[in-house]
Amino acid sequence: MFMFISKRFLQLIPVFLGATLLVYFLVFATPGDPIAALSGGKPMAPAVEEALRAQYNLDQPFWIQYGLYLKSLVTFDLGQTFSGQEVSDVLGRAFPVTARLAIMALAFEAVFGVIFGVIAGMRKGKLFDSTVLVASLIVIAVPTFVLGFVLQFFVGVKLDWAKPTVGVGAPWGDLILPAAVLGLVSLAYVIRLTRTSIIENKNADYVRTATAKGLSRRRVVSVHILRNSLIPVVTFLGADLGSLMGGAIVTEGIFNVPGVGNLLFKAIKAGETPTVVAVVGVLVLIFVLANLVVDLLYAWLDPRIRYV
Amino acid sequence: MTEQTKERGLNPADNQQPLLEIKNLAITFDTPDGPVNAVRNAHLTVMPGETVAIVGESGSGKSTTALSAIGLLPGNGRVSGGQIIFDGEDITHASEKRIIELRGNSIGMVPQDPMSNLNPVWKIGFQVKETLKANGLAGNNSKERVAQVLADAGLPDAKRRANQYPHEFSGGMRQRALIAIGLACSPRLLIADEPTSALDVTVQQQILDHLDTMTTELGTAVLLITHDLGLAAERAEKVVVMYKGQVVESGPALEILRNPQHPYTQRLVASAPSLASKRLQSKPLEVAEDLNAVVKPEHPRNTDNVLEIKDLTKVFKIRKGLGRSEDFTAVDNVSFSVKRGTTTAIVGESGSGKSTVAQMVLNLLKPTAGSIAFDGAQMNNLSEKELFTFRRRVQPIFQDPYGSLDPMFSIYRTIEEPLRIHGIGDAKSRQARVKELLSQVSLPSATMHRFPNELSGGQRQRIAIARALALQPEVIICDEAVSALDVLVQAQILKLLNELQENLGLTYLFITHDLAVVREIADDVCVMQNGRIVEQSTTDEVFNNPKSDYTRNLLAAIPGSTLLI
Repeated sequence: MFMFISKRFLQLIPVFLGATLLVYFLVFATPGDPIAALSGGKPMAPAVEEALRAQYNLDQPFWIQYGLYLKSLVTFDLGQTFSGQEVSDVLGRAFPVTARLAIMALAFEAVFGVIFGVIAGMRKGKLFDSTVLVASLIVIAVPTFVLGFVLQFFVGVKLDWAKPTVGVGAPWGDLILPAAVLGLVSLAYVIRLTRTSIIENKNADYVRTATAKGLSRRRVVSVHILRNSLIPVVTFLGADLGSLMGGAIVTEGIFNVPGVGNLLFKAIKAGETPTVVAVVGVLVLIFVLANLVVDLLYAWLDPRIRYV
Repeated sequence: MTEQTKERGLNPADNQQPLLEIKNLAITFDTPDGPVNAVRNAHLTVMPGETVAIVGESGSGKSTTALSAIGLLPGNGRVSGGQIIFDGEDITHASEKRIIELRGNSIGMVPQDPMSNLNPVWKIGFQVKETLKANGLAGNNSKERVAQVLADAGLPDAKRRANQYPHEFSGGMRQRALIAIGLACSPRLLIADEPTSALDVTVQQQILDHLDTMTTELGTAVLLITHDLGLAAERAEKVVVMYKGQVVESGPALEILRNPQHPYTQRLVASAPSLASKRLQSKPLEVAEDLNAVVKPEHPRNTDNVLEIKDLTKVFKIRKGLGRSEDFTAVDNVSFSVKRGTTTAIVGESGSGKSTVAQMVLNLLKPTAGSIAFDGAQMNNLSEKELFTFRRRVQPIFQDPYGSLDPMFSIYRTIEEPLRIHGIGDAKSRQARVKELLSQVSLPSATMHRFPNELSGGQRQRIAIARALALQPEVIICDEAVSALDVLVQAQILKLLNELQENLGLTYLFITHDLAVVREIADDVCVMQNGRIVEQSTTDEVFNNPKSDYTRNLLAAIPGSTLLI
């Protein structure tokens, strides 16, 4: 087990290098001149432009630029944004907000997804099951920005159950509605995955044996069926954490959340390489770590899986 | 049928109340195509402490009948008529609460397949403990109690074993754990649903002996469900024969065996290989008639050896973690030869290395040492092209007809695929060949438009045989090719294989754990134990005059072998 975990941590190094290199190159190759964007398209004195290019290493060839970036990275210097802020500061403000949002969304979809999925699976073909199936299909089919605006208007404005937008500092309470919107589509997938998995397992021989022992129905479901049904669900949730962290651009836009999605979107538009690479680098780390956690959860859920 | 039951002796209820009484039971399954009556008019009585066996083939309703007594019918099944009376109480439509009360401490169950009936994600001890807990028997010192229950079921080193997961147990040990669970709360009735059909014969015998001892000590009545008439006769006082959802005959075990009345029972007695193999010795004439299916072909056989195996050895490396590994010799210095046009059987229990030998002969696995010669040519270093030709001449048939046919392929595509791969004929001639093959395995040619899930196990195995025959091979390796089939179907398939051998001059290498089957199909036998051949000779010699202790044990363990019929 120790060997397995250390191996996975060592694998982080090439993954991180590869991902940053790729992103660095993509931003480098994007058409458009970052300096021109910085000046807002107005003419600029050649000397000033020269100085700016030198400051951001934009006058160097690609490999030197990337090498210089890595060099400063070793000293924990993530570089500066075009507006002169430290990238690490910008990240430090945006990440906690997105992390809160993503964790709330993940908890929302995991808890409700598994509960609804289990009930639907155990009552396959009954009214509850059919209702949940149709509802989840609708949620999957409707684009997030439509769902977001509709819920913002009805739940946030008309009914006034939750705050329609997120205030300064993005406290937990303000994030309830955006987290629900963000987790809604994944919730539909978790319900369907759990349901299928439960249906597959509920007719297993060991479930019948457990029933024959004289166990209550509740215990048969929660102890014998559920644990065997969670592996596909855990896989999905682990992969989903990554996309919740990085892919919340639409939701963050609707609810005015000052998170990573917004930051990344603006940085890409401006061609602000240090910010883009730093954000993506952190996301890659989160993705890889989430997958490691999933793998460890596998072994905990199913003792037949052992890592060497 | 009730009249018949009374008529045929067994008048138990003098002044004792039956423990379980099933009267006129009807069970219906609601399917998308309408209701299906799985069981009709079933009668059955179990007295306290008595062992009653229900015998029948798969689909006869024997498990369904027994499981209805503890409310374990699958979701779409329901009792649609009759009565189930347990200890004087009518439990036909008892509430779920009452049934849960009865389960475990009044009626226990030992299920069929030890591989799938323990929950893979919980420790054995946990699964025993929750049984005790659910029935209020865990007490203060549940750990001790769990170990005791497991030890009673004959599990060695029970305390340590309780801390292990099912996948760390062998099949026999798992079945002991399941017996421990079934008997943990000392139920008055134990439903044993084919408790040993998934196990090797010698393990089967140990487990059944132990089960006998335990239920006798506890005074538990047993409802034994089995497809094996020999086993039923050996273990039960009373036998109930079911066929197509109905009880066709019931009475004292030996009487049914010696003097079957119903035509189905008569067929069952005739084709049960475990019984037939003994009958071969006692009543040779009668048997020759019964088994005309499996008498050896008349025409003289070539004497050349199509397969010569010399000093074959296979060593597997077993990983021990941290890069260490240990050698495990699965096949150890095995030599034998197979004459053209004959059948050689390799017999042994699971883990004896017999299937590993088959895989090496099929060239699916590389031997560690030794040589295999096919038709005089060494097969050590075949080029890809030579291997392709070899594959055409040697074909396999595997055990599980449910797993060995691609469910997404139509029957036509399944049988035609080898022809296409080997570039034989054009579309039209291939279609004609598929039709011909289907008729060779006695299936209508319309079968080719169907899919495996629409066919029965026996039909699927016929398809597997047709697929193997497609390339007109000389040798067919049958790896437990009839083990997954019911007795009657098994007899039909053996008959078919024998006819094909006669007509096409095929050579069979028959891998099996079932000595009774060997008796019916093989000319020569190799008995394997722990990777070595412990005995090899002609079939008659091995059966009539076994040399090694191991072979004698195997022979003695055939259920019903001690019964004098």
